[in-house]
Amino acid sequence: MNQISKPEIANPLGRALEHDSAGQHVTGQALYCDDIREPAGCLHAAMGLGPAFPARIVAMDLDAVRQAPGVVAVFTAADIPGENNAGSVVHDEPLLASDQTSYAQQPLFVVAAETRDQARRAARLAKFEAEERPAAVTYDQIVERDEHVMPTLEVVTGDAEAALAKAQHKLEGRIEIGGQEHMYLEGQIALALPSPDGLRVVSSTQHPTEVQEMLGHLLELSSAEITVEVRRMGGAFGGKESQAAHTAMMATLAAYHTGRPVKLRLDRDDDMVTTGKRHDFRVDYRLGYDDSGRVYAGTFDLAARCGHSADLSAAVCDRAVFHSDNAYFIPEHRITSHRYRSNTVSNTAYRGFGGPQGMVAIERAMDQIAARLGKDPLDVRLENLYGRHGDIAPYGMQVKERVLEPLIRQLEVSADYRQRRAEIEAANQSAGRYRRGIALTPVKFGISFTISFLNQAGALLNIYKDGSILINHGGTEMGQGLYLKVAQVVAHQFGVPLDMVKISATRTDKVPNTSPTAASSGTDLNGAAALAACKTLKQRLTRFLQQKFETDALPLFKDGRVLIGFHHMSYAEMARAAWFARIPLSATGHFATPGIGWDAKTGKGRPFFYFAHGAAVSEVEIDTLTGANRVVRADLLHDVGQSINPAIDLGQIEGAYIQGMGWLTMEQLVFNDKGQLLTHAPSTYKIPTATDRPDVLNITLYDNKNPEATVHRSKAVGEPPFMLAISVHSALAHAISGLGGPGYWPDLDAPATAEEVLRCLDAANAAAV
Amino acid sequence: MKISLKINGQDLTAEVAPTTLLVDFLRSDQGLTGTHLGCDTSQCGACMVLVNGDAVKSCTLLAVQLDGAEVTTIEGLSDGETLSPVQEAFREAHGLQCGFCTPGMVVSVTDLLAKNPNPSESEIRHWLEGNICRCTGYQNIVKAAQMAAEKQQAA
Repeated sequence: MNQISKPEIANPLGRALEHDSAGQHVTGQALYCDDIREPAGCLHAAMGLGPAFPARIVAMDLDAVRQAPGVVAVFTAADIPGENNAGSVVHDEPLLASDQTSYAQQPLFVVAAETRDQARRAARLAKFEAEERPAAVTYDQIVERDEHVMPTLEVVTGDAEAALAKAQHKLEGRIEIGGQEHMYLEGQIALALPSPDGLRVVSSTQHPTEVQEMLGHLLELSSAEITVEVRRMGGAFGGKESQAAHTAMMATLAAYHTGRPVKLRLDRDDDMVTTGKRHDFRVDYRLGYDDSGRVYAGTFDLAARCGHSADLSAAVCDRAVFHSDNAYFIPEHRITSHRYRSNTVSNTAYRGFGGPQGMVAIERAMDQIAARLGKDPLDVRLENLYGRHGDIAPYGMQVKERVLEPLIRQLEVSADYRQRRAEIEAANQSAGRYRRGIALTPVKFGISFTISFLNQAGALLNIYKDGSILINHGGTEMGQGLYLKVAQVVAHQFGVPLDMVKISATRTDKVPNTSPTAASSGTDLNGAAALAACKTLKQRLTRFLQQKFETDALPLFKDGRVLIGFHHMSYAEMARAAWFARIPLSATGHFATPGIGWDAKTGKGRPFFYFAHGAAVSEVEIDTLTGANRVVRADLLHDVGQSINPAIDLGQIEGAYIQGMGWLTMEQLVFNDKGQLLTHAPSTYKIPTATDRPDVLNITLYDNKNPEATVHRSKAVGEPPFMLAISVHSALAHAISGLGGPGYWPDLDAPATAEEVLRCLDAANAAAV
Repeated sequence: MKISLKINGQDLTAEVAPTTLLVDFLRSDQGLTGTHLGCDTSQCGACMVLVNGDAVKSCTLLAVQLDGAEVTTIEGLSDGETLSPVQEAFREAHGLQCGFCTPGMVVSVTDLLAKNPNPSESEIRHWLEGNICRCTGYQNIVKAAQMAAEKQQAA
């Protein structure tokens, strides 16, 4: 899989081609927003942050800021000509707070100065007279205050309470699941370029159309007067879906007033303090099951800490509801999702978008049931898989594809799961300081935006008269290889080498009204839109060729040539001839995912086009003296349908698993009692490094084709493998469990930091006495 | 202050403020934007360059400290069209995704292989602890380092 395939090879579909920018990346030539040569007169902006607690602002003295060296201007909420709103769904979040702040260090003003250093230094010189407001930060505080950023969603099938009452066995539990900082290597950044012809903004964003709209509301401009552009991001992971707009709006506000180009690159600490993170959840669950481990009923109460505003919390929490079953059929259930307001930064999209938080609780419950029944947890998982006893998900959608059972069986053998589990359990009997654990957990992840109207995409396809092809679409490139995959699809359609297809930067003036590149949907949607454009042009070319050669035959585009009847010509000759014959060689394409939709009041319908699947076996080791833990081996088997590019897909799986492992083990967000983020830099917020990766990491693509008519029968891959890492959390609990005696399973929360593992070790030892 | 140094093989004399960081001097004054700024605080390693052959985080040094030094940035590692073995290996082994950490990774591995031409996998992993990648699981980055070592030995 590591053999490189050269781009001049025709028929590139399904090949392990290198990333389209690989050559630029290894030489430092690839341009990110911050690398664009600054235009003459370019100013630099910085955010001015409020007090380190939620505050009523009595007075704000910015004189020292204005008089600082290099400062050109300072802007507050009063300087916003249009709407002071940074809330993408609900208009409940000011871009710049004025009379009060809702969380510690909320931005209050923007400084524009000649240099970035001057702007940042000046931003710290503000003086406030402020009164502290009460801060609701912990779960107990937010539940007691009971303010919700969005309405509660409850999904019910049957009578879970009655079914629980008559169940043979009952299980009750609670798990707290921490949030996660995106830690994209390229921080939030935007470059605003005002001109009398309109506003152009280069923004590191997953959602150019939304940035365009938000800027329009901010400045009372129409969308046609604003162009937002992004060629690439240095990582995003959901953190640049709604959050990128804030930076772009602040830079543009300064550009609007000064008439000069303005760049805002957030200082990393400011970025971490003021941009949203993965939602943390507290889940209370109850399950009823029988001696075989089969689950008959369940209730799940999902409490999400959403932060001070709604942002994308409704959709995130909906997805958590839709994944609280993970891969298991629960005939009667009630799933309730509360979206609590807290005095912390507003949580946002993050890879998996609530799905991971939904799944963690049911996987803990599967382990607990197995422990109580003295079974291998894998057998309890298999017993409850969709297809064994039922196939209707809580939201009413039928789970048709039967991928998980054979996939799990294949992994069980290839990872030697049963044998290793027996050996680990035997070794743990006489273990000293170090104990091991192992777990196999599955993933079933729904693909489509749960906000149904977002499931559309557009593309623009130009064939030039030299035969070269330009494809532009609404999807954004953040390293996931979307540009490359779409180019592979287009090159395949015209039977030309990949290097004849060029993809240009995503721009709102080329393809309008785009959806965010999110929900793993980039290739499914934009690839299909590109295909639609290809189809239109191929139809025009077919008519042209049939007339030219007076034949009814259909042309074949292959190996850089076009064959029709007994005639053939090079593809480039055809392009020139078609132009000469006055055939329009530019087309747009549009795609809307068919057959999806659900009722947001009842939570019932078909929210997803299809499911992506996977399973992982993780083996861990814990140090019982310190709680330190690591993954020693992981085996991942994942369903990407028929892969468009196996190298890209394997990279997504590997990166997602390690990022998930970080979330569940070492990445801890710590807020103080005022809601101030204490882990505000990579020095205190630890993400996985090269030494944290498992000693052995085997990743395999499962042989499958998407039964739905997706591009090349492929499946979405960005998010689903993130949840393979739940096996790590489960394995850590397994390593601890033996200390507590028969039937014991620890209440291990996430992240399973060394401290959390120690807490559970102590509890297990106490339980055994 | 006036400094004289060599950047990517070219002699240079420049006037810099005493507070200018090396990374800003390279990116803003010299237009060498392949050196990336990730965290501002010497944690992430995206800004690594070679100073007198050692990989250093250029956001940790002041430009004035470089008087008389020889600096090699990511742009100086390839010889025109010809990539260095480390650059080739990162391409071929798919050792990158978003690419933002890549210049720092390439510089870091270049330094490692200069000092230890045949490192073990464990040595590579420990060496790269100061370079954060958020997209990959380091799998192909480590493979790229191994592949580069083989290429250099074969050369």
